[in-house]
This record gives sequence, structure tokens and C-alpha cells, in this order.
Amino acid sequence: MPATFTRHQAETERKDPGFGGKPPLDRRPTGGGGGDDNWDSRPSGRRGPRELLIRYRLGVFSGLAGDFVFFAVLVSAFFVRQTAGHIDASENYVSDWHPLSVPPILWINTAILLLSSVTMETARRQLFHEIDIMEEWLGLGRPAVRRAAPWLIATILLGCLFLAGQWIAWQQLAQQGLFFSTNPNSHFFYLVTGTHGFHLLLGLGALLFALIAMFRLKRVEMRQIAIDCTAWYWHAMGLFWIFIFALLTIQ
Amino acid sequence: MNTKVGRFQLFTTDHRRIAVRYLVLGLVAVVIGTLLSLVMRIHRVWPAVAFPFYGTLRPEDYLAVVTMHGTLMVFFVLTVVPQSAFPNLVLPGQIGAEQMAFPRLNAAAFWVTTASLVVLLAAFFAPQGAPISGWTSYPPLSAIAAAGPGQGTGMDLWLWSIALFCLAAIASSTNLLVTIVACRCRGMSWGRLPLTVWSWLVSSALTVLAFSVLLAAAALLLADRHLGTSYFLPSGEVVNGLVMRSGKGSPMLWLHLFWFFGHPEVYISILPGMGLASSLLANFTRRPVPGYRLMVGATILIGVLGLGVWGHHIFVSGMNPYAGTAFGLTTLAIAVPSSAEVLTWIGMLFRGRLQPTTPMLFALGFLSFFIAGGLTGPILAQPALDSYLHNTFFVVAHFHLVMAMAGVFSVFAGIYYWYPLLTGRRMNERLGQVHFWVSLVAAYGTFFPMHLAGLAGEPRHYAQLSGPVASFANLIPVERGITFSALLLATAQIVFLINVAWSARRGSPAGENPWRATTLEWSPFPHPIARGQAYSYGGSAERDFSPQWQETGAGPVFEGLKKAPSPSD
Repeated sequence: MPATFTRHQAETERKDPGFGGKPPLDRRPTGGGGGDDNWDSRPSGRRGPRELLIRYRLGVFSGLAGDFVFFAVLVSAFFVRQTAGHIDASENYVSDWHPLSVPPILWINTAILLLSSVTMETARRQLFHEIDIMEEWLGLGRPAVRRAAPWLIATILLGCLFLAGQWIAWQQLAQQGLFFSTNPNSHFFYLVTGTHGFHLLLGLGALLFALIAMFRLKRVEMRQIAIDCTAWYWHAMGLFWIFIFALLTIQ
Repeated sequence: MNTKVGRFQLFTTDHRRIAVRYLVLGLVAVVIGTLLSLVMRIHRVWPAVAFPFYGTLRPEDYLAVVTMHGTLMVFFVLTVVPQSAFPNLVLPGQIGAEQMAFPRLNAAAFWVTTASLVVLLAAFFAPQGAPISGWTSYPPLSAIAAAGPGQGTGMDLWLWSIALFCLAAIASSTNLLVTIVACRCRGMSWGRLPLTVWSWLVSSALTVLAFSVLLAAAALLLADRHLGTSYFLPSGEVVNGLVMRSGKGSPMLWLHLFWFFGHPEVYISILPGMGLASSLLANFTRRPVPGYRLMVGATILIGVLGLGVWGHHIFVSGMNPYAGTAFGLTTLAIAVPSSAEVLTWIGMLFRGRLQPTTPMLFALGFLSFFIAGGLTGPILAQPALDSYLHNTFFVVAHFHLVMAMAGVFSVFAGIYYWYPLLTGRRMNERLGQVHFWVSLVAAYGTFFPMHLAGLAGEPRHYAQLSGPVASFANLIPVERGITFSALLLATAQIVFLINVAWSARRGSPAGENPWRATTLEWSPFPHPIARGQAYSYGGSAERDFSPQWQETGAGPVFEGLKKAPSPSD
């Protein structure tokens, strides 16, 4: 009996993963129809499993660029207000800027947020672990999802912990008599931490969505997208927080 | 070319239907905005005229009309049409993509834009009417509700409308950016993109950055209005006889933030028109765009420099004079890439076989206004000259020529040019020519004399020239001429609307590729492959162009994926 198919060179050279299943490789030849095997030459929408992922990632980056500018504006407002003193008739520099010592709990919050970025990244990487993903792609189970879920839940918990910590920080400031409308610096403190907190709330929503999506979505690439985009957003919020925290602490 | 019209769907994600909706949205805004401008023009020369359904205009009403006219025109016409309607109409086609990258986000952006327009128009019906602080909304006037009629609910509605618009603009531009970067068809390398697509790439990037700034500024202003902060409120402000609480905020901060948005906004409106002008001049002179790379570079450079020139709007606001000099220099620098583009266009007109179709006429009109309005740019960019000309009608003349008229003429060029894509028919040529010539003459008649009024020192934002001190009485004849011209300009647009409606049913059938264009939106194939440069015009007399979807060398037409692109890809 003649051979019904010949193995492609890439298949014979590939290392055997050791448990039987042989996942298909990227850039496989297209069978008998001719054509080249460059997926980028295909019409948009049929360029392989990473196409949508890259598209969504670009979208998230574009939105985050805008968000970064948004925060930059708030920070510029801070600097303008901080230096808004004047020199009076007897040559004294008069400023109504009251330095505000940040509650120490913010240091713990910062550590928590950084830790949550680590757990988020760990969860994200599970969804890009090739062997596991191939298994999911073939419908043999959801090992990647199973491994990612605890890390995702940990991220959600750490995120909640961070927000709770921020709330405590606000309470502590309020006990010192510093409310939103007390002085320009407290305006800024509440505004910027509040805006950041609101972004984290959105992030928590995204995390919950990603957690449910991992178990509910039928397409592997959509599961990857849900986690990946949430992760980039979460990392960006961590980065923004470091800038904001540095600003608030150093002022 | 897909001309089928299917069932009406409210929440369609089809980019072409969304484009039509954006065009209708822009039409609603431009009709209201134009009527408001006529109200202003009539009030300036006949202050006692009673308007139907309203009566005579009070000075504060005039300011409200100025505000709403500017806001409608800048956001809902000059941003929405070139930056949202046109890309939805042709961008996927031009890069050979079937769909946008995020069709649902795109559709959502349209509906948020619509909500934003509704909120803005609601300001007319707010207690005490629409806001009076101009489309720039400088504080403290915009920050204190008691500062004037319309500064309460009207101003809040204005701010919420702008915030919604910012969100929609950022979403829609994100979609455009990703579509251009990630959804180009096979063979559509960066070097083969039509210049319109390059323009949309740059203007979308500008939109994401600039509108985020405006969004943040609007949020801070809302905080000042309702949360008791004072980011923009100076101390000891006296409003209506009452000294306001100590603020120590800086109105200058708003000026900087607003114009950091406001100047890129000019390029968001005009860059798509510039790309379209390049395409149309190439098509209707049957010559390739000379220096394609130069044009791309100039477009990008305009975008980058456009982020660093905002200070020239606020030379006389108390900004440090040294900063003024710096901003003057960056502004003069932006004249360099702009001139490169203009000189390229003028060069294309020589030695080309000029075909004076309506889209070409409007592209030439765009060129004319871009030059006429652009030349006063370097004058206003000099702090010394601007300190005299600032807030005079000279400025009004400048931006109405270079942004409004150039922008609107490029919009008309686009509509006449792409109309066959939507209807399968061409617009009537004779009506188009009438529309163009009357609009051209009336637009110059309206805005050119404003230079003279401005040089004579006539200020903007003043409801009347007459009064107890008739300083500008000798300018009233000029003003009257401007008003007649504006009425003529508005009337000429009726011809356009008739043409649009008439041609949809009775226009001459366009067939495939009516303009013998090279770019992919005219490709008859659903999955085109880009096989050549964007503007391959010229060659033999019987076949003076080779479309991008066709093998170069006028060989047989390929479809689908049967043949690999040439190795030069």
C-alpha cells in the first residue's frame, strides 16, 4: 500500500514531547493545493492563531497610551498647583501648598500591587505554555486554564487587598483631618488615588471576566486574549501606580 | 465594489453603514452649525432683526451661538467626517481588509458620538440656554456657574458632551490604528499604502493622545465646578459682585491643556484632507505622486511637530515671552513639511493632464484654501505680530480658510469622489460644477475680507459693531458684504444636497472604477492582493494606470491566492 502522506521535514525533526500527541506546528505546508505556507499572506482574519491576539494587544496598547496621557495631565496639574506660590510685597515667598505625608500603609499597598503583577504574569504565561495550549486546542482538556486559574484568583485577591489598603489610607488621612476639600494637595491626593483606584476596579472587572471567560469561551485564542489583555492592562496600572506613588512620596 | 443595500439594522457593525451614519451625523451638525453662523452674521449687521421663533438676539445669546457654532463645527463636522466617516467608508477597502479590526468597538464609538451630539444640543434647552464661553471654554468663565447665563447647566452639558466625544474618538481611533497596522491585505506593505491611509494613521495617533488630554482637562474642570477643587480657579475672582473663594489655581493650566489638544485637533481635521488631495491630484492629472516617501515623511513630521506648537494660541495670555519665542519657532518649523506637501501638489499640476471633474475641482479648492489660509499662519506665529492680531478677525479669517474651508472642501471632494462606492452612480457633474464655483467665490467673499477687518483691529466675540462708541462704523460695509457672501455660501450648499438626493436614483451609472483609480477601494475583488505602488499612473495613452490589484505590466487580472506576489514585495 502506498503511503497516504509524507511527513514534512519539520515534523520529523521536531522533538517528541513524550506523550504521544503531536500538535500541529505553525507554518505547516498547505497540503496539495500549492501556495506558500506564509500565513501573513492570507486574507486578514485567517492568519493563524496569533492574529487576533496581536490585534487585541495593539488595541489595548493604544488605549493605554491614551490613559497614560490622561494620568500625565493629572500629574502636570499637580506640578502647576504645587508651584503656584507668589512673592509678596515684603519679598516673602507665599505658598498655600501643604506637604502631605503619605500614610505608611501605601508602602504595603505598593508591595501588594507589585506582587499581584507577578501573579498576573504567571497566570498569563500558563496560557502560552505550548504543550498545554496544544492540548486545549485539540480539545483534550483545559490544562492551561486549570493552571492559570489559581494565579488569576490570587491576582483578584491581591487587587482587592490593594483597594482595601487604599481605602484604609484614605481613612487614615481623614482621621488626620485631611479630606478631599481640605487643601490643594489633598485634592490632588484623593483625585489621583481615586482615579487610579477606579482604573483598578475596571481591572478587577476585567480579571473576573477573564476568569469566567477561561472556562466559558470555546476558542482557545479567545481565552488567551482575555488573559493577555487583562494582564497588560494590570501591569500598566502597576506601572502608573509606581509613578504616582513616587510623586506623592517625594513631593 | 459592493453596492448592495441590505436590511436596516440599528446596531450594525458594517463599517460602510456606519460611515453613512457618520455622514448623516455630520450633516445634522453642519446644518445647525451653518444656521448658527448665519444668525451671527445677520446679527452683526442688522442687530435689530427678530429671528423667527426666537426674537432679537441679546449679546449673551450671540456668545452662546458662537460657542455652539464652534463646538459643532470643530468636533462634529471637521473631526467626525474626515476622521470617522471617510475611514469607515474606504479605509478597509484601501488596505484590502474585509472588516475593521474591532467592528463592535467601532459601532459603539458611533453611538457614543451620537449621544455626545444629543447632549450638546440639549444645552440649547437648558435653563438659561447654551454656554457662552466659546468652544475653548476658558476658565474662570467656564468654571463658575454664576459667571454668566448658560454657564450652569448649559456648561455642564457641554463638558459631558465633550467627555463623551473624547471617549468615542479614542475608541474609534484605536480601531483605525489597529486596522491599519494589523489588517492590511497581502502585499500591502507600508510603502504601498495610499497617502490617505498614512494620514489616518498619523491623525489617529494624534487623536488618541490629544483627546486623552482633553478628557482629563474636562474631568478637572468638572471637579472644579462640582467638587470644590480649584485647579483652574484663581483666587479673589469677583463674579457678579461676589468675591469667590480663594482658589490659587491657574486658568493658564486649562489654556495649556486645552491647546495641547486643540492644535493637534487642527491636524486631525486637515491631515485626511491632505492625503485625499494627494490621491485626487494624482488621479486627475494621471501622474504618480512624486516623492511618495517625502509625502509620508512630511505627514508624520506634521503630526509630530503638531504636538509641540500649542503655545502659539496663547501668546498674549501672560505666558513667559521666551516660551512664546520657542513656540513661534516650532510653529515656523511646521511650515516646512506643509510647504513640502504644497509644493509637491503644485508640481503635480504642471505637466499633468488636468481633468477638471468635480472631485478634482474641490481638491484644487482645498489646495487654494490651504495656501491662502496657510500663508497667514507664519504671520500669526510671531509673538510680536500676534500681540496685535490676537482675538481680531484676522485670526477668524486664518482658521476659517485653512481649517474650515480647506477641511470642508476636502470633505466635498471625498463625497463626490467616493459617492459611486455607495450608490453605484456618479453625482451630477453640472450641478457639481455650479456648487464648486459658487462655493469657492462665496467662501473667499466671506472669509477674505475678514483679514482686512482684523487688520483694522476689529475684535472677535463682539456681538455688535454699532453702539454708543461706533469705533468700527467704517467697517460696517465690509461686514455687510461678508454677510451677503455667507448667505450665498450657505445657499450654494442646497445645490449639493439636491445633487446628493437626485444622483442616488438618477445619476449616471458609474460602473466599476469610474475614476480609473489605482487604489484598492475600487477593486472588484473581495480579497484583493496589493501588487504595486499606490499611484501607478502614466504609461501608454490607451492604458495610463495600473491598479494596485493588478499585476504590473497590464497583464491578466488575478483573483484570490492563486499566484504568489512578485519577489520585489
